[in-house]
Amino acid sequence: MNTKKILLVFLAGAVFTMIAAFSTYGDSGESAGYTIGDAASNINLLNVDNTMVSYDNYPDALGFIVIFTCNTCPYAVASEDRIIALDAEFKPKGYPVIAINPNDPSVQPADTFELMQKKAKEKGFTFPYLYDESRSVYAEYGAKKTPHVYLLQKEDDQNIVKYIGAIDDNVRNGSAVKERFLANAIYELLDGKEVSVTETKAIGCSIKV
Amino acid sequence: MLLALSVVLWVSCGEKKEGDVKTSSPEISEVVEVVTEKELDSPIPVYDYDGFEEAYLNVTTDTTYVFNFWATWCKPCIKELPAFEAINENYTDAKVKVVLVSLDFPENLNSHVVPFMEKRGLKSEVILLDDSDHNTWIPKVSEEWSGAIPATIVVSRDRSKFYERSFNYAELETEVKSFL
Repeated sequence: MNTKKILLVFLAGAVFTMIAAFSTYGDSGESAGYTIGDAASNINLLNVDNTMVSYDNYPDALGFIVIFTCNTCPYAVASEDRIIALDAEFKPKGYPVIAINPNDPSVQPADTFELMQKKAKEKGFTFPYLYDESRSVYAEYGAKKTPHVYLLQKEDDQNIVKYIGAIDDNVRNGSAVKERFLANAIYELLDGKEVSVTETKAIGCSIKV
Repeated sequence: MLLALSVVLWVSCGEKKEGDVKTSSPEISEVVEVVTEKELDSPIPVYDYDGFEEAYLNVTTDTTYVFNFWATWCKPCIKELPAFEAINENYTDAKVKVVLVSLDFPENLNSHVVPFMEKRGLKSEVILLDDSDHNTWIPKVSEEWSGAIPATIVVSRDRSKFYERSFNYAELETEVKSFL
């Protein structure tokens, strides 16, 4: 192997390493978002009742059930009654539901703020249904789909991510649920325990941006 | 030093990709028969995840499979379907086969999925994956998958690659070609 060839091989190696390093960085950038134990940033988003909502509005809460959801995704629609039930069950225990619609209505016309208001009224939502107008909140959290749940717990003035994923083990049919992943996690927190199942997966609609 | 590092990176990338799918399985035709027998009334084959994995994901032939997870209600899925249809048609001789794995609700099979297939004249094979235990099977398709659709996995006898994204024809062709 002559010097030129050796140099070429080294150069190729160097370039490949750079590409590999860059793409590794790129991947982690793409899948950026919260992982378990991260402190979630505060929010300040427009609610369907035209008020602004942030976590600071809930000084007595122990934490939050943050659910990225939308108006028409069949999985989101199938989850609506369960989300209302979660709020009824856990708001009195200190974990209110905060629903956030991350979809861009110019891409998904069914998700305008007006149609969010209509949805909240028709379904009788008992929780804020917030419009992520700048599309910054879902991105920071790392939500990929609707519905996508983040369970936060207040610790030392921070909201720590304790669980990410699905409401339960049957997103399509609430009456066939065997395991309530999210509820189980909240009860563990209420018992002062660590959450045992911290991440779950479910099929959902990609976020439309 | 750099070269050694790049080799390590290369190897570890390869392992990750190959780790997603098991390699041994019975012949595809046998399993399809069994499952269609079970679902006599269904216009298209309906599988739970284990049935789907056995019949499709464990590739033992020299065919390259492109599995696209979609649903009739999923806009970006519908938008990218023509690209998958075209790949299925244009790469038949290269032994590429597209399988459109519908995640529509089973009660919508006759009301939504079949009329959609007829209206679009879909030529690729369409199957319905009916398995509500998402948390169990999504990571089996790929640990990288959040569960959002559209999603695609390309599988050959010796490797597989997963994509949680949308494709146009050129992008999909590039990925498929990398398997040939």
